[in-house]
Amino acid sequence: MDTTQYMDVFIDESNEHLEVLYKQLLELEKNPTEKAIIGEIFRAAHTLKGMSATMGYNDLANLTHKLENVFDGIRYDKITVQTDMMDILFETVDHLNAMVEDISSGGDGKRDVSQIVSYLERIEKGDQIEQAGETVQKPSVSQSSLKTITTLDEFEIAILNESAERGFSNYEITVTLRDDCLLKGARVFMVFEVLEKLGEVIKSEPSVNDLEEENFENSFTVILVSKQGEQEIQDKIKKVSEIDNVEVNHFSIATYEKGSKQNAVKQDNETANDQSKSSSTNSEKSTVKSSANKTIRVNIERLDVLMNLFEELVIDRGRLEQISGELNHQDLQETVERMSRVSGDLQSIILTMRMVPVDQVFNRFPRMIRKLARDLNKNVAIDIIGAETELDRTVIDEIGDPLVHLIRNAMDHGIETPQERLKKGKPEQGTIRLQAYHSGNHVFIEIADDGAGINKEKVLEKAISNEVISRNHAETLTDKQIYELIMESGFSTADTISDISGRGVGLDVVKNTIESLGGNISIDATVDKGSIFSIQLPLTLSIISVLLVELKEEKYAIPLSSIIETAIIHKDQIMHAHNKKVIDFRGKVVPLAFLNDIFNVSQEDTNDSDFVSIVIVRKGDKMAGLVVDSFIGQQEVVLKTLGNYLSNVFAISGATILGDGQVALIVDSNALIK
Amino acid sequence: MANETVIDKKVIVFQLKDEEYAVSVQQVGSIERIMPITRVPQTANFVKGVINLRGVVTPIIDLRVRFGMEDTDFSESTRIIIVYMDDMEVGLIVDAANDVIDIPESAIEPAPEVVGTVDVDYIEGVAKLDNRLLILLDLQRVLSKEEINELKTVEG
Repeated sequence: MDTTQYMDVFIDESNEHLEVLYKQLLELEKNPTEKAIIGEIFRAAHTLKGMSATMGYNDLANLTHKLENVFDGIRYDKITVQTDMMDILFETVDHLNAMVEDISSGGDGKRDVSQIVSYLERIEKGDQIEQAGETVQKPSVSQSSLKTITTLDEFEIAILNESAERGFSNYEITVTLRDDCLLKGARVFMVFEVLEKLGEVIKSEPSVNDLEEENFENSFTVILVSKQGEQEIQDKIKKVSEIDNVEVNHFSIATYEKGSKQNAVKQDNETANDQSKSSSTNSEKSTVKSSANKTIRVNIERLDVLMNLFEELVIDRGRLEQISGELNHQDLQETVERMSRVSGDLQSIILTMRMVPVDQVFNRFPRMIRKLARDLNKNVAIDIIGAETELDRTVIDEIGDPLVHLIRNAMDHGIETPQERLKKGKPEQGTIRLQAYHSGNHVFIEIADDGAGINKEKVLEKAISNEVISRNHAETLTDKQIYELIMESGFSTADTISDISGRGVGLDVVKNTIESLGGNISIDATVDKGSIFSIQLPLTLSIISVLLVELKEEKYAIPLSSIIETAIIHKDQIMHAHNKKVIDFRGKVVPLAFLNDIFNVSQEDTNDSDFVSIVIVRKGDKMAGLVVDSFIGQQEVVLKTLGNYLSNVFAISGATILGDGQVALIVDSNALIK
Repeated sequence: MANETVIDKKVIVFQLKDEEYAVSVQQVGSIERIMPITRVPQTANFVKGVINLRGVVTPIIDLRVRFGMEDTDFSESTRIIIVYMDDMEVGLIVDAANDVIDIPESAIEPAPEVVGTVDVDYIEGVAKLDNRLLILLDLQRVLSKEEINELKTVEG
């Protein structure tokens, strides 16, 4: 079967199921007896197994099968959850994850899992021996056992047994529809009609409901009780058009029963009845019970295309606004205004469409912390708040690594060992709190730990010895500034360089990444109480609000996010401090940066006015005044790169196309503040 | 690489001062008339700036300056040749774009080495056709980023 067209869906869904597995395993560790969690894990493993088998990834299917077996055992109290077992289960899911990753990057998903499989088998078998002692010898896997359908309830087994006694045969039939089959539901209906004539359908997988709603890939499996021969059944089904393949297997219930006797006993009779009823009266049943699923999956590339088209529209909108302004025609102006409003709404919808919950990044942290805590012999809990906060996908893609770094850092340097914590009178278990929230046009992510905090003296000492700052300079720093020193390049405070963090290239990389995303990071800490790293990020990276300014004939754009305010001051107010021009801005001394000089704009007839226009920008706590010739106004622009040829131009973060078709450069004010 | 058969190389011929240069058609995206260029500060002197090429911000370099010739004002015949190289898209300002012609591979010779001249690495070879002498450019070298960085450190 050609499965390539399902590849994306397969990978997406596999990842979702893996996430469920991880999440629920963590829950299970906390509540080892909670049946709902076990059921959830079982279902996820089961679906994953089915999908991977359909796609032909046998290693993946085998391993999930083993996992499923273990949880089947747990589900029916054959196996009790123990802590040492959890590690193996986590490892299993890690393996699965690695396989899916391999598949998604074009590999074949093969992986040597014999060791973990043997562990799982031991878990599965070990308890079976204790409990029953009779099923030690494995049911022989021959052609007569079930291939696809794994669970049968008591009622179904009873029917199958009875039928065998009466001279009927039991068949497991797998029907594969052609890839280009259009009305899958209709074909299924036709197949069932044929089957009804041949005998009785005992069970189908997926369920009849799902089949009718076309909630299946290309193949489905049914158990049929019939007097007809194998070949005959196959031929009759094949008469239905658009069917690719029909596989008919004869099987004996005895073999199946041996393997899963215990499962069947636990089944509730009533539900079994219901199920079999629904199975036998399959095609009449028409009640649609699908939970109203109001989301659709859209390929991210299409959203990117949509975004690009919209960017073109924004450029033209700017142009129209300009033209209508020049023409001063009232009707035109009104229409353009309305169009601007509509496209503004459109913009916010397109932007929110690209938003994904930050949970996509957060969800991998609990297990990371769990593993780190074990490696470090620390006891750490994680508290995640606001995982539903949404961020642009482009930002999400970038933010993962810095956060991992910060969490590793908090685990390694922040949280103390349980002994130390007890000595300090703190609870043995440390907590890392991960919080995300919206505020204005920004998203904040905070990583707080209740660990040792940051030792100011040690930071200073280290900074001076590593020549990050001078001793004189050190005395003038505020607490916050001292903490932020740990993010300077060439800094590492860990006394012992560990595997977890502190390789010398640490927080400065984090800082750079975040700043390159147009965000910033700040640190606050209290000794023995803990530290907080808070990251501020823009909601989106592609359309930004800027202030357009003029330097002689040239136009530049300054992102509004970094601007505090603009001012026009008299020349006399400019003061000199050690050869630098500064101004007194609301009681603070703010250094001035003359953009004309920095950008080498030709200076012919300067100094014709007594007033200068200043844009006050900030980077963290620091401020600077950018001196420009004049302000043009605020505008929404589309951020574009300068192309690969011109990467890393000083103090220019990109370009944008203005309404008149001209290119304006976007000023990277962060680079102008030291 | 079949050496036996004569392979023609299709090139675009353009003019700088009074010499004719050629680049492979495959590397050329389009030829544009001169359009407003936005200067990008703090870049090498041959980087004229960026243009809006149908919605894509494209860097422009002045080949005259790049090759160390004297700068001139743009004229009616001045063109911007948009070339693609690896993942880069760059416009080259030339005095005029003359022709598209086929050069037989056999007519291409390595760049002549003469004692006393500065060796430039961006010339792939020369082709002699009738009375014309075409200089084939190695765009990879012309657009090498090292050159930009080098110049940057000299200036800054």
